[in-house]
Amino acid sequence: MVNKQSVHRIKTKWNMKQNWPLYIMLIPAGILLLIFSYYPMYGVSIAFQDYQPVNGFFGSPFVGLKWFKYVFEMPDFKEILSNTLIMAIGKILIGTLFSIVFALLLNEIKNRRYKKTVQTIVYLPYFLSWVIIGGIFVDLLSADGLINQVINLFGHESIMFLGDNRYFRGTMILTDVWKSFGYGAIIYLAAMTGIDPQLYESARMDGANRLKQALHITLPGILPTIILLATLSIGNILNAGFDQILIMYNEVVYETGDIIDTFVYRVGLESAQFSLSTAVGLFKSVVSFIMIGISYTLAYKFADYRIF
Amino acid sequence: MKKSVGSKAFDGFNYIFLGLLALSCLIPIIHIIAVSFSNKAATSANLVTLWPVGFHTLAYERVLSSWDFVRAFFVSMGRVLVGVSVNMFIICVTAYPLSKESNQLKGRTFLVWLLVFPMLFKGGLIPTYLVVRDVGLLNSFWALIWPGAVPIFSIILMMNFYRSLPKSLSEAAMIDGAGHFNILFKIFLPLSKPGIATLTLFEAVGHWNEWFMGMIYLNDQAKFPLQTYLRQMLLPSFAEGKITASDIEYVKMLSDKNFTAAQLVIAIIPILCIYPFVQKYFVKGLVIGSVKG
Repeated sequence: MVNKQSVHRIKTKWNMKQNWPLYIMLIPAGILLLIFSYYPMYGVSIAFQDYQPVNGFFGSPFVGLKWFKYVFEMPDFKEILSNTLIMAIGKILIGTLFSIVFALLLNEIKNRRYKKTVQTIVYLPYFLSWVIIGGIFVDLLSADGLINQVINLFGHESIMFLGDNRYFRGTMILTDVWKSFGYGAIIYLAAMTGIDPQLYESARMDGANRLKQALHITLPGILPTIILLATLSIGNILNAGFDQILIMYNEVVYETGDIIDTFVYRVGLESAQFSLSTAVGLFKSVVSFIMIGISYTLAYKFADYRIF
Repeated sequence: MKKSVGSKAFDGFNYIFLGLLALSCLIPIIHIIAVSFSNKAATSANLVTLWPVGFHTLAYERVLSSWDFVRAFFVSMGRVLVGVSVNMFIICVTAYPLSKESNQLKGRTFLVWLLVFPMLFKGGLIPTYLVVRDVGLLNSFWALIWPGAVPIFSIILMMNFYRSLPKSLSEAAMIDGAGHFNILFKIFLPLSKPGIATLTLFEAVGHWNEWFMGMIYLNDQAKFPLQTYLRQMLLPSFAEGKITASDIEYVKMLSDKNFTAAQLVIAIIPILCIYPFVQKYFVKGLVIGSVKG
């Protein structure tokens, strides 16, 4: 009884003497976030300045929306934006579809060892960096690489996957799907284990074959998960895969391959046009922020999802 | 229950299809391994598919005798060691107060938002680069550590992990006079081993694979971690200067392809070594992290 009372007291009464260490613990992360996250957020102010390295964030002359006007009038900008959207949406749609179909098919495998082996292998590419995967694919996709050898075998001419504007975006989407579909399927597979086995049993009693079971039990069973992940992916609508594209593209395919992130990198760090590049980056940050806001609101509404 | 013919046919198809799919994930890796052990003539004539032709280990000898590569490998190892320690310290310590209720941590909601906000809105590449430059980290090993030292998503995972521990534990310890530091280090951390293991692997893979920070923050190639070094090697413009005098002998026997392949294979090895653990834990961690509802 006495114990319960004191527990109660600790719970309700906030006291600094006891809880100050909690604040001490937040200091290291606080300082680091302040320097490397919040200070750069303030640093976006250079998008409204003619940034001069000598004067820094605080002292460069203010020019208002000059750079934004410049960006939106830039003929390349439309191209970059559409490349970004095409590749990002392509990856989300095809990747999601592929992961779901893969999870559904894997779910039909009854031999546990086979299932485990397949799973283990298809997760692997996700854990390798784009430098490694890029290095392998640049070789595989070259004019005389393994993949073109197979294509030649069927009597077709070699395809320049990484050097032809007709194929570059498709190649980026497919290699990304290849790298991550297995990993993407993990959550769907986990959701499937939560489906009540009795549902399958009674469906079988009613004469449902396996296709019907998959369509009417498994798929609806994982539908909430699909909706949740689809909603959350809205926030990635401008993330077309910076790492991948920076490693695998070249001047020849800038027209179809350049995305917001690679443009910011090229113009900003390689040509040192800090203000212009930051304006483009800020455009992306703001749109992404709005999209993430929308996606979280929807996810919360429909799936009761909270990040913390 | 007896299986119908259609069902059996589907099973057969399904087993074969998924087998092929799994193979498609392995073939690029097997191919690169095969190339790394093959000789120049076979590689140039595109004879190598999944099995080495003219087996030898010269490519590996050349890679391992290249000081640049070995040094980059050790920089990466050092980065993983230091970076993961820093990350894990921040994760474990930051998640603890945030896992408390707001009657213990006043302003908790605000503080959590302060942590989450940088995940939603980023200053972007250029301002971050300028900050790293202005605080004097450019061309320093620490540029690979500090800007990424607060892994927000992992902190949230750890916070949820702490919250799943029974509250009565810390309350009982409080009554016995333990302070928060004692509770964290003597009760919470020992109980959080599975969570810590998961996140350690998470962060280790992240540090091992990260290459971009090395590329933009470091000018001195002697400081490059392995992935940044490899990315430089893969650039065609850089390849011309790749051959040094001591390499001439190797060049007769090896093509650039063999050499590059061997480098890639060595960079994959550490991942393959921890992969069995990573895989098991990642699946759990990911599921806990995303479908907690």
